[in-house]
Amino acid sequence: MRSIQCRTITVTVASLFEQACICLPADVTSSLRRARKSEKSPLGLYALDTILTNVKAAREDNVPICQDTGTAVVFLELGQEVHIMGGDLNECINEGVRSGFRNGYLRQSIVSQPFSKRENTCDNTPAVIHLEMVPGDRLRISALAKGGGAENCSRLTVLPPSAGYRGIIDYVVSIISECGANACPPLIIGIGIGGTAEKTMLMAKRSLLRKTGVHNTDPETAVLEREVLAEVNKLGIGPMGYGGRVTAMAVHIETFPCHIASLPVAVNIQCWCSRHNEATI
Amino acid sequence: MPLSDAMVSGLRSGNMVLISGRIISARDASLKRIVTALKRGEELPFRLKGQTLYYMGPTPARAGKVIGSAGPTTSGRMDAYTETLLDLGLKCTIGKGKRSPQLREKMLRCKSVYFAVVGGTGALVSRCISSADIIACPDLGAEAILELEVHNLPAVVINDIYGNDLYEQGRAAYQIK
Repeated sequence: MRSIQCRTITVTVASLFEQACICLPADVTSSLRRARKSEKSPLGLYALDTILTNVKAAREDNVPICQDTGTAVVFLELGQEVHIMGGDLNECINEGVRSGFRNGYLRQSIVSQPFSKRENTCDNTPAVIHLEMVPGDRLRISALAKGGGAENCSRLTVLPPSAGYRGIIDYVVSIISECGANACPPLIIGIGIGGTAEKTMLMAKRSLLRKTGVHNTDPETAVLEREVLAEVNKLGIGPMGYGGRVTAMAVHIETFPCHIASLPVAVNIQCWCSRHNEATI
Repeated sequence: MPLSDAMVSGLRSGNMVLISGRIISARDASLKRIVTALKRGEELPFRLKGQTLYYMGPTPARAGKVIGSAGPTTSGRMDAYTETLLDLGLKCTIGKGKRSPQLREKMLRCKSVYFAVVGGTGALVSRCISSADIIACPDLGAEAILELEVHNLPAVVINDIYGNDLYEQGRAAYQIK
């Protein structure tokens, strides 16, 4: 058994979010630069240039890249041999979000009573926490600052199995076609296929933690990722929806076995500003 | 700013502009309060006629800074509120993302222009803001109504007063059927 103190988790979560909102991961910046190389539209190029200049400006000025520092989504892979000591795990993660968002001058964007008062909680909690037990004695924490704009374009359906391969592609393309500029393209499209309704959306969200453009290790899924990306980029929506060839930079698909009667498909959209950060304790 | 009819008539969808002057920012909860106040016949803390409204809620400013990260939010959520404001002379809106067909029709009738700022570029926008004062709804935190002084804020015309829409035009030009 190995012990991990709650205090360590709090400090780690705080630091992960502060960093994530100011420094874009290197793989995302590289993807944006690759998008710039392949984009043909003058306004699309202008949008990408502005984005890349902004990424640099955020680091220089120590200011968040985007003002929507998002919902704090935290994925935990907790080793079975780990013993969490010194507090309540959920509470210590929320304390990390609270202090990271305060000390990092990040935005308080969470409201309680979503269907009525919608009162700001003033500390960007509660975080949305997903906990998975894994073998081992480590705790891996992935912090994802998920903005509202792209999240608003995310969708879930359960297709009949007869809809098949083509049905999945058509579904994803129809979502991107509808949301267009609203999700701040160029996008990273997270897709879950299989499982159940909630499992598939969680897979779609988790897929956004992958390095941008890294394919699923299953060759058949990787082919589907390439096909969806090609189809989406035929839409012509382009960077910021101004028109262009690069509507999406990457498609990440996760799959899971599912019921004989079902084909669940979830699309969780990530804007170009993919802010996530990981640490292992 | 403020924009005159003569100025908006020279703009076409796809034009790149630099915006300077005094503008107001508000969004979601504070826009709802503005419209509620107007329905009650209450006076607003700013002039609507000829006004420019930027849909935005910033991150908090560090000590000694005017404002935090201040990029645009998705305009479509504000369409219902904006219709009321257009009737009262709102001349120009700034945000990102498409507007509803209903609002676009209204913008045409009222000769009001819609600009987009590149989404997610909050750090760059922050550099264009030289003053930011809360003029209403301080209790709404990031959604408070601000009066901003902006200098050379880069934007693109999405909807001009002739019925053009850059999102439609751009996509049509680059789609592969």
